[in-house]
Amino acid sequence: MSDNNKNTPAIALERVAGNGLLSRRHLLCLSLAGAGAMVAESVMAADGPALTMPAWSRTPGRGPSEYGNPSSFAGHIKRLAPPPSASLPGGGASRTPLHLLQGIITPNSLHFERHHSGIPDIDPAQHRLAIGGLVRQPLVFSYEDLLAYPMESRILFLECSGNSGGAAGPTAADTSVGGLHGLLSCAEWTGVRLSTLLEEAGVLPEATWVTSTGADGASMGRSIPLDKALRDVFIALYQNGEPIRPEQGYPMRLFVPGWEGNVSVKWLSLIKLASMPANFKDETSRYTELLPDGKALQFTFPMGTKSVITSPSGQMALRRQGVHEITGLAWSGRGSIRRVEVSADGGRTWADAQIDGESRSLALTRFRLPWLWEGAPAVLQSRATDSAGNVQPTRDVFLNTYSPANRYHFNGIQSWAVSAQGEVTNVYA
Amino acid sequence: MFTPDLRALSKAGLAALSLSVAGLTWAADGPGLGMPVTAEQLAGIDLIVLPDGSGLPAGSGTAAQGKAVYDAQCAACHGAQGEGTQGVPALAGGSLTGTPVLMTVGSYWPHASTLFDYVRRAMPPTAPKSLSDTEVYQVVAYVLHLSGIVAEDTVLDSASLPQVQMPNRDGFIDRSQEQ
Repeated sequence: MSDNNKNTPAIALERVAGNGLLSRRHLLCLSLAGAGAMVAESVMAADGPALTMPAWSRTPGRGPSEYGNPSSFAGHIKRLAPPPSASLPGGGASRTPLHLLQGIITPNSLHFERHHSGIPDIDPAQHRLAIGGLVRQPLVFSYEDLLAYPMESRILFLECSGNSGGAAGPTAADTSVGGLHGLLSCAEWTGVRLSTLLEEAGVLPEATWVTSTGADGASMGRSIPLDKALRDVFIALYQNGEPIRPEQGYPMRLFVPGWEGNVSVKWLSLIKLASMPANFKDETSRYTELLPDGKALQFTFPMGTKSVITSPSGQMALRRQGVHEITGLAWSGRGSIRRVEVSADGGRTWADAQIDGESRSLALTRFRLPWLWEGAPAVLQSRATDSAGNVQPTRDVFLNTYSPANRYHFNGIQSWAVSAQGEVTNVYA
Repeated sequence: MFTPDLRALSKAGLAALSLSVAGLTWAADGPGLGMPVTAEQLAGIDLIVLPDGSGLPAGSGTAAQGKAVYDAQCAACHGAQGEGTQGVPALAGGSLTGTPVLMTVGSYWPHASTLFDYVRRAMPPTAPKSLSDTEVYQVVAYVLHLSGIVAEDTVLDSASLPQVQMPNRDGFIDRSQEQ
């Protein structure tokens, strides 16, 4: 910072909204737009010592291994996992560290978890998937059987219905974006269309719902309408190219694209066609949304249109003034993301963010926008619009729709405050 | 899109068909490896109880009989009177519009079948599926009695349990068609 000339942007910056939001075109030339600032950020300095050959360049490294691990220097990138529950063995959740990741794909080891009776250790050779109820011929499939069926792959997000529930609480928690919104992941899932198996069993005309239960200790169950089951639901066998992880339902899980994660029953062992939903505990007592008048919404399946800025985000700190990239994730259970807007002044003015690559239906979408931070306090927000025209609501609009007790399907706009010192915190704004 | 009349077609008739689903074409021509079984063969893993009572097993129980089961298996976490403990839900009492809101079996759950289904498959958390069907009927009766929904001597069985009138039976708005 000793050379003032270096802090002067090399080219004129196009401001597109209040408090320093810059045109998307500067994403392509961040180093030009913020040339001085970029140099100031670097650990290198022109008057520093010369580079020397590091020790690891003077000796052979480790050889190949059978199953890789992250660098030992990246060991801090972990799921956010609470201590074990005493009252519900194996229950609870761990969250994806969204603030430490980039792109849209969640590594398998960092995919969020939500279990109701722990992770069973299933021998695939002994596992069976049964299809019964209102079918012409009940059938049983082995894991080996399913591997022989036609498969397809899709990149899809999975979000727990209770994700971001903390953002509905009375006070803004001092936490990270992963801690608040990390019951959200996205992977390439590969498997067998449920419709293929249902056609083999022969669905009877009176069937209207598909009920499913898993092989975990709680035999957790959910019901989905038959039309969805035939439309795009599949039995997931692979996750990002490898067999799905035990915590995701190994050897197989139901995958219900775009819908609340709980319906994608893990360790899937029974599919039963019925003329009504089973009204399992987790679709009555839980995963229903209480309204102010005491009525409740049941079978609210698609996840809402939503976005969140992952950087800068809660518990981060901006170490320099200058141009920063605001980036985050957007998604909708009703299609693809058509637009993401960003505000740096608490929602008074907005600018369109750049969608990173293609916007995929029912997958996470990465967005980016350059921002010139000149040391003034700011409140960063993002607002998503999906392909069906649904717009992410403000937190207040969401809260006013439901009972204060509701913690499901929260999709209100997230606000991150940036202080004059550059500290980023979760706020309600 | 989903085509209802496809569902009843025979397996042989489906072999040459394809479904056009959301712009994709998916051939209904899997290798047909499913092993035919009877509903009886699936009974050992099928614990699903529907609101109309289908799936309920033989057996019966009353709240009076269920107190001993509850005290031994449930009370340590759910409280002696179903009032709940730290981190464990209350089962009785509560209000959906009060301050604070308290959603319990008594105040919130719309179907008695759900209680039977859930207790049999998942409770107690340390030993799920360890209760006999008779014990499940008994403890379900007791939990319902804690909220005054059934009398102490009401016999619950596969015929009477679906007839239990839950206080919040009409409290839910079905959103399943808003996809």
